[in-house]
Amino acid sequence: MSVGVAPEQEPLIRLESISKLYGSGDAQVAALRNFSLRVAQGELLAVMGPSGSGKSTLMNILGCLDSPTSGRYWFAGEDVSRLSETQLAHVRNRRIGFVFQQFQLLPKLSAWRNVELPLLYRNASDRRSLAVHALETVGLGNRIEHRPTQLSGGQQQRVAIARALVTDPDLILADEPTGNLDTAASREVLAVLRDLNQGGRTIIVITHDPEVAPIARRTVHVRDGQLVQQKAA
Amino acid sequence: MSILQTIETGLRSLLGHRLRSVLTTLGILFGVAAVIATVGIGQASSDSVTARITSLGTNLLTVSPGSTVFGGVFGGGASANSLTMRDVAGLSDRQNAPDISAVAPVSQGRVSLVSTSSNWSTTLSGSTPDWLIANARSMSSGTFITSADVSTSAQVIVLGATTASNLGAGVGDLITVKQIPFQVIGILASTGSQGFGNQDDLAVVPLTTAQDELIGGVGTVQRILLSATSSANLGTAYAEANQILLQTHGITNPSQADFSIASQTQVLSTAQAVTQTLTILLASVAAISLLVGGIGVMNIMLVSVTERTSEIGLRKALGATPGDLFRQFVIEAGALTAVGGLLGVATGLAAGYIVPRTANIAVTITPAPIAIAVAVAVVVGLVFGVYPALRAARLAPIEALRAQ
Repeated sequence: MSVGVAPEQEPLIRLESISKLYGSGDAQVAALRNFSLRVAQGELLAVMGPSGSGKSTLMNILGCLDSPTSGRYWFAGEDVSRLSETQLAHVRNRRIGFVFQQFQLLPKLSAWRNVELPLLYRNASDRRSLAVHALETVGLGNRIEHRPTQLSGGQQQRVAIARALVTDPDLILADEPTGNLDTAASREVLAVLRDLNQGGRTIIVITHDPEVAPIARRTVHVRDGQLVQQKAA
Repeated sequence: MSILQTIETGLRSLLGHRLRSVLTTLGILFGVAAVIATVGIGQASSDSVTARITSLGTNLLTVSPGSTVFGGVFGGGASANSLTMRDVAGLSDRQNAPDISAVAPVSQGRVSLVSTSSNWSTTLSGSTPDWLIANARSMSSGTFITSADVSTSAQVIVLGATTASNLGAGVGDLITVKQIPFQVIGILASTGSQGFGNQDDLAVVPLTTAQDELIGGVGTVQRILLSATSSANLGTAYAEANQILLQTHGITNPSQADFSIASQTQVLSTAQAVTQTLTILLASVAAISLLVGGIGVMNIMLVSVTERTSEIGLRKALGATPGDLFRQFVIEAGALTAVGGLLGVATGLAAGYIVPRTANIAVTITPAPIAIAVAVAVVVGLVFGVYPALRAARLAPIEALRAQ
């Protein structure tokens, strides 16, 4: 059983006995085994673990990028573990904002065009103003028309955070957000994530960067596809 | 994603790879232009052959010595002297041949005409007044040969427009053929035909004059031209002529006939079949180039999908459904071919304008090949765009994101 969840409230995320197997027969590998986790509304959770621990698989399942082999995943009370690819795309678009290690900005698009991208897949009409507002939230209101190549690493990751934010998602899922950044830029990005969390946004950061732990309210460790330790901040 | 958004996204990405998009478009462009131009050239040559043959007279039947076109047995070559003036008399009998309006026996040879200023080699026909009717010709000046000219073997000659101008001869002038003086009594109106079988380069003298003094063969004729009363009566005129000739030649078995009757419509349909075959051949070559252009589109779209794997992964993570990505890539392929197709139409039309003015090749542009070429181009683009688009749509988002 997970700790730190108010019992009277349905958690935002509830993973029940999730397993994810790759391959078949003798070559079968379990990336996650009987993995259960709850994340409450408004948490800032750090998921830590060495490479090969199953972190990435966890991230893919949490982000609805992949389906578990067995077990159940409730997102905001909805069972998303058996949805079709198209239904998962809608969940990702409406409820989850992603931040990647490689930023994943499209180099030919300006900052606001990058931020606008998820809105294109939900037919929003006031895309530019929403994108500009999200950029202002991450402190880049003066870099709206800049191309990614004209921005520093920290600024690029903040554009990516603005893109994750622009749809007003229930969850921001950050995969090694500081992995490609120097210390100063890492602090800059972590500060933005902390501010967002203090504003009430649920955030999960998957990382092996120990710098992340201090801003997290809770840190969980993954090893060999299993949850090994939970620590409330 | 709305369709307008998808189109905008697709066009933006094409503009992001300008050189590549232009080169891909060129393949379709030249394919479409080639189809339009070659079909246009084929159409023009078909039209010109049809016009040339029609100008010979569609009511015309030509009787030649030798085997008929029916039956398997060829009775003899066309050089046989099986046609006589008796046949001409028989065919001229309106009672037995009510649907034949003109009967013109012809003896033909190649001669040299000499005028005061120059000489000119041409085809000389000995014939009768009916020649004018059978060939559907008219005079531009002077008169044609009369029956009196034929019965008196008059030394008179009628010239085609080209022949007259090459000889510098007019009505009333004297020209000599084989040292025999002939008086030019008329010039035929031009048919406007050119090249081989030029209907304006010929000379006509009375049949008797030709047989007696120029070509020989008294009593026999090389050919008999018949004119049906109308093109609708061509079939019955054919049957009547066949019946009369079998009778006068005393032949009971039609398969052993020693003459043949050909109509211009037969010649016409043969010629049209030939030009049609050539047009299809040319158009097939052009169509293959269009297909190659389509494969070029597929090739580029596959490169594009591979190259943009991480972009596709990102878009999927941000909420693009497989359908969104499929549509985006099909639209990109469709846009490449549509633009190539439209520019190809413009190029084809330009070729249709420039080629006749520079290379002396006629081009007839009709709407059908344009529509077909564009339709084929768009279909090619969509068909060849579908596979890369499916690949894009089916990419697993996590693997696609990792591809960097």
